[in-house]
Parts: sequence; C-alpha cells; structure tokens
Amino acid sequence: MRAALFVTCFNDTLFPATGRAVVELLERLGCEVAFPEAQTCCGQMHGNTGYADLGGTLLERWELVFAGEEVVVSPSASCVVYVREHVPSAHGRLFELTEFLVDRLGVTDVGASFPHRVTLHPTCHSLRPLRIGDRPRRLLSEVRGLDLVELHDAEECCGFGGTFAAKNADTSMAMLSDKLRRLLDTRAEVCTAADNSCLMHIGGALRRQRSGMRTIHLAEILAAQE
Amino acid sequence: MKGFPAAARVALQDAQLRRNVGKAVTTIRAKRAEAVDELPDWEALRDAGAAIKARAMATLPEQLDRLEASVVSRGGVVHWARDGAEANAIVAQVARSHGTREVIKVKSLTTDEIRLNEALAAEGISAVETDLAELIIQLAGDRQSHILVPAIHMGRGEIRRLFERTIADGELSNEAGALTEAARRHLREKFLSVPVAVSGANFGVAETGTVVVVESEGNGRMCTTLPRALVTVMGIEKVLPAWRDLEVMLQLLPRSSTAERMNPYTSLWTGVHRGDGPEEFHLVLLDGGRSDVLADEVGRQTLHCIRCSACLNVCPVYSRVGGQAYESVYPGPIGAVLSPQLFGVDEHPTLPWASSLCGACYDVCPVKIDIPSVLVHLRGRVVREQKSRLSPEALAMRALAAAFGSRKRYERAQTLARLGRGPIAKAALPAWTAMRDLPEPPSQSFREWWRARS
Repeated sequence: MRAALFVTCFNDTLFPATGRAVVELLERLGCEVAFPEAQTCCGQMHGNTGYADLGGTLLERWELVFAGEEVVVSPSASCVVYVREHVPSAHGRLFELTEFLVDRLGVTDVGASFPHRVTLHPTCHSLRPLRIGDRPRRLLSEVRGLDLVELHDAEECCGFGGTFAAKNADTSMAMLSDKLRRLLDTRAEVCTAADNSCLMHIGGALRRQRSGMRTIHLAEILAAQE
Repeated sequence: MKGFPAAARVALQDAQLRRNVGKAVTTIRAKRAEAVDELPDWEALRDAGAAIKARAMATLPEQLDRLEASVVSRGGVVHWARDGAEANAIVAQVARSHGTREVIKVKSLTTDEIRLNEALAAEGISAVETDLAELIIQLAGDRQSHILVPAIHMGRGEIRRLFERTIADGELSNEAGALTEAARRHLREKFLSVPVAVSGANFGVAETGTVVVVESEGNGRMCTTLPRALVTVMGIEKVLPAWRDLEVMLQLLPRSSTAERMNPYTSLWTGVHRGDGPEEFHLVLLDGGRSDVLADEVGRQTLHCIRCSACLNVCPVYSRVGGQAYESVYPGPIGAVLSPQLFGVDEHPTLPWASSLCGACYDVCPVKIDIPSVLVHLRGRVVREQKSRLSPEALAMRALAAAFGSRKRYERAQTLARLGRGPIAKAALPAWTAMRDLPEPPSQSFREWWRARS
C-alpha cells in the first residue's frame, strides 16, 4: 500500500526523528512511503489563533499538495483534526498514525521492542475531536519489553494549546505542573504521546527540572527494535 | 479590567482558592460522570436538548409572542426590556408600587448580569440574596467565582467570621449546621416580611406561560410562594416552545450541574392564582445583547446554554484559576464565549484565549455547544476588530504564512530557524523559556534526511 506522509512543519523542523520513525515503521509493515516535498504547514496555528484567512490559504495549499494521494498518514493528532475539520476531501483518506495502523493496516503488534518503563499522555486532540480511544495503548501493550504504567488524570490537558502557552503562560504552567506531578509519580523513564506539540511542552519542563524523564513520540517507540 | 492573563496570575497564587476549587471540581466531575452513565440514552438526550434549543432560537420572535400571550391570559404582566437599565427600572417600579424598601431574591445570574442589586440600591431599595452562597458573597462584598457554587473560593472559618460580624447573634462554631442555622434564622424573617420577590428563570414555556426555577435549598420556593408580588427577569433565550421540552431539559440540567437525578426543588408557576401564592406576577423579558448574539451564525449556539456549569467543572483552566479571573458574572469556558458576545469583544478581548482548546467542555455540554469552535471564531473577531494589522503578532503570523506559502521560502526559513534558534527563540518566546526549555535543535530536518536517503 502506498502511504503519503504528512509529517507536519513542526516535526519536519524540530522533531525529524519522529518522521524518520514513521517511515521506518510503515516500510517495515510493507507500505511504500511517499513524501510530497511541496508540503509545508496546514495552518493550524494561524487558524486557532484567530487568523482564519491565513490558515485557510495554507489549507488550500495542503489540499493541492495531497490531492492525488489515496492514503495520507500523519503523526500529529492536532494537525489531522485541523485539516479534517476544514478540508472535506481529506475525509476517509487522512489518517492519524495510530488510526492508520489499527484500522487500516489492522495491526497492533508492529514488531517493536522497547525495554523501558513508559507512561502515555493521551493528548486532548487524540482523545476528544479525533476519538482515537485506546489505539495508542493497544499498540504499546504489544511492544516487547515495554512496561506501560498508568498515568493519573491522564485525560487532562498538559496546558500547551499552541499560542495559549505563550499568551497565558502562568495558567499554562499551572496546568503543566499538575501534569508533571502525575508523570513523576509514575516513576516512568519515558513519557510518550501521539503528538509532539504536547511532548515539547511537557519535555521542556521535564528538562528544565532535570527530572531525568524523557519524552518520545509514540512512532519512535513503535519503530524501535532495541 | 485587568484582562485574563493578569487576573489569572493573581488567582494562581491563592493557595486556598487552588485547593478549594481543585477539590470541589474533582469531586463534582466524578459524580457527574456517574450520574450521566446511569442513562443509556444520554447522548440522545443531548441531541434532543440541542435540537430543542436550536428550534427555540430559530423561531425566537414567535416563541416570545406565544409566551407573552400565555402569561397574560393567566393573569401575569409581561414587560419587554431592551437592556439591563430598562429591566432594572421595571423591577424598581414594581417594588415602589408595593411601598417596600426591601426585595428578596432567588439566585439569578441574569439579575447579576444587569447589576440589579446595585440599581435597586441607587433607588433606596435593598435586595436580599436568599441563596446561601449568594448571601455569603453579598455580606462579604465579594464577587462570585462559580455559576452554581458562588462562594467556592471561601473557607468555612472565613464564613463563620463573616456571619459573626453580620447576621449572627453572638459566636458560631465552624460546623456547617451552625452556619446554615444562622443564615436560616436571618432569612426566615425576610421570607415572612418582605412583600416583593425577584427571580430569574431556568426556563419559560411558551405554550403554557409557565416559568421554571430549579434549586437545592428551598429558598427559591419560599420566594416564589410567600411574597405578595413576584418579578421574574428572564433572558429571552430561556424560552422553550413546548411543555414537553421540559422532559428533556429537566433530565439534562440536574445531572450536568449537581450530578443529581433530580434537584431537590423544582418550582413551576403559571400566572397568578387567587389565594395561592403571589397575587401579582411580572415577567421581564430581557434582550441585553442576545439578539446580536443570535445574529452571529457561529456564536448563536452560545444561547443554548442552560447554565449547568458542567463546562466549568471539567475545564483545566477554570479549575486552576477559579471564576474571578474571568472578570465577568459568567466564568469558565461558557463565560469565555458568552461574555465577549454579550458585553462586547472590546470589553473582554482576552477571554477567547482563556482556553487551551482541549475540548473537555464540548464533551460534557448537555446541549452540545461547540465551545472550542466558538472560541476560535471569537479570536478571529478580536484579531479583526481589536488588533492592529501592524501588531508584532499579526506581523509574525503574516510572515510565517508567507514562508509556509512556498516550498523554497519554507526550506530557507527552516535553515534560518535552526541557525538562529537559541537567541531568536529566547527573544521571541520569553513566556515559554522563562519556565521551560526549548528542544535541542536537530542537525538535519526531516526533509533533508529524506532527500539524503533517496
């Protein structure tokens, strides 16, 4: 099966390891991965910050770039939500990574091995608008050696919210401190999620506090064969 | 107005508030989830609730005419108020016609919205709040911090000292029983002696002319039955077309707000009945900006709100900052969309950003108001109507959009961002870097890796 990767500008620029992991993972599962190089940004940040006109132009660009693709896969729940909400032609062919693996490829055991203690932040966009439910958990539970530990109040937002984290930095940080407390309580080595935006937020504070806990995108765990 | 970020910064430092609000919302969240899980048709009820409200709003002029005719035919008087000042003048007029210097009040957000108590005070009439928490707020000269639990931010000791200073005879203990007893003694006297009561309305049924108030303490029942005259101030969006619509609403509201199957007191009254209850009933229909909200295609769903406060209780922002940070009688997610629309985006330009768009509010809303979408819509209005096109944010947004507009510019911007990451990011994002580290810059973008590989 041919799958076009919508890596997102955020991952392309700041978290290339996630994009590489998606490519390795999908190829291992027998997909032919394409990367339309004209892709840039879907406009989510613009749209959600009140610049719908600018966001709209970028959505049009997205639609053009991916026009010929029957299957598009992306490792970002929030970008998938934004595109699906605004581009009707994306329906039925744009998949968030865990949706693609579980629903389209029908696999939960992706042949990964990651012998570490891991906890999962389910992310707001994955949980609510996208409803990917327990797909990340099902995928993680099949990873060899992985010890998945429960996170309390997991469904609560980490406080990122795009420009919210800068515009309401104090409130955002108050939300993040509660998330960090819950994370550190798990004594996990790794916090994972299906979206690097939440992980950048959480990871930024974990590093600042020299906590020793790492953040890794779910795709990187699923690609791992340690 | 401080604006939300600054008001929140103050609230976040209040340890008592953080503890009280955090504890209360955690408890009520779990209880609500249980109460909702009991109903296998909850999702169908939400759909029905949303449909009833959408129909009421789509036919609002007709429903209001029907409501007026029904109320009048059953002996009530209907007044139309364009704004709060008109509504307040009507209430004051009724009080004056009864020669009273005091009115008793049922808890009502609508009368708080129009600052009725202050308007009456200016006319020499004092309004006595009879809901326990509203009484506490009134005696303390404080502001509400929750739609349903207005004094959620206060501790028991604080309330004891307040009562000792104001309404109690002598000293009290910190026991809840002792505190409510003091309030009860104070209020009983008012219920039995004040001739005019003022209420809001949870619903007004067009078909029958019935007004509905739901409450927990019984003070509302006292106010709607004991005085000679009753004045109800009702926002026009509270109208329901048919009596049977209550079947849906009275299931949705208590489970969403107090996590109860049914609230302790549901008072319904229709006009006046000789020898039974108030001899005079006035219904004041308040517009107060609601027609303007109705005219906005995206924003109008905000008028579906039945003031249950479920969105406050699940909101990760509200549960940390409390209600006062929203600087409006309507706090929380619903307040963040309602206040700018009712009182003007110029009055509340920061509220549409008082949310991380996590979507928890939309999930619990009993009438399915898509609060995140309305927030984003209002952000657009603020950007268009309030912000300069030359603000640093607007310029940055346009520059980024231009960079993302072509592959070449985008790739050049990626390289620049990588080279200048440290100093540029620190300068551009001080709010971020003050409390969190930025990720280490990768030596290669994804697309560079892709190209090198193929």
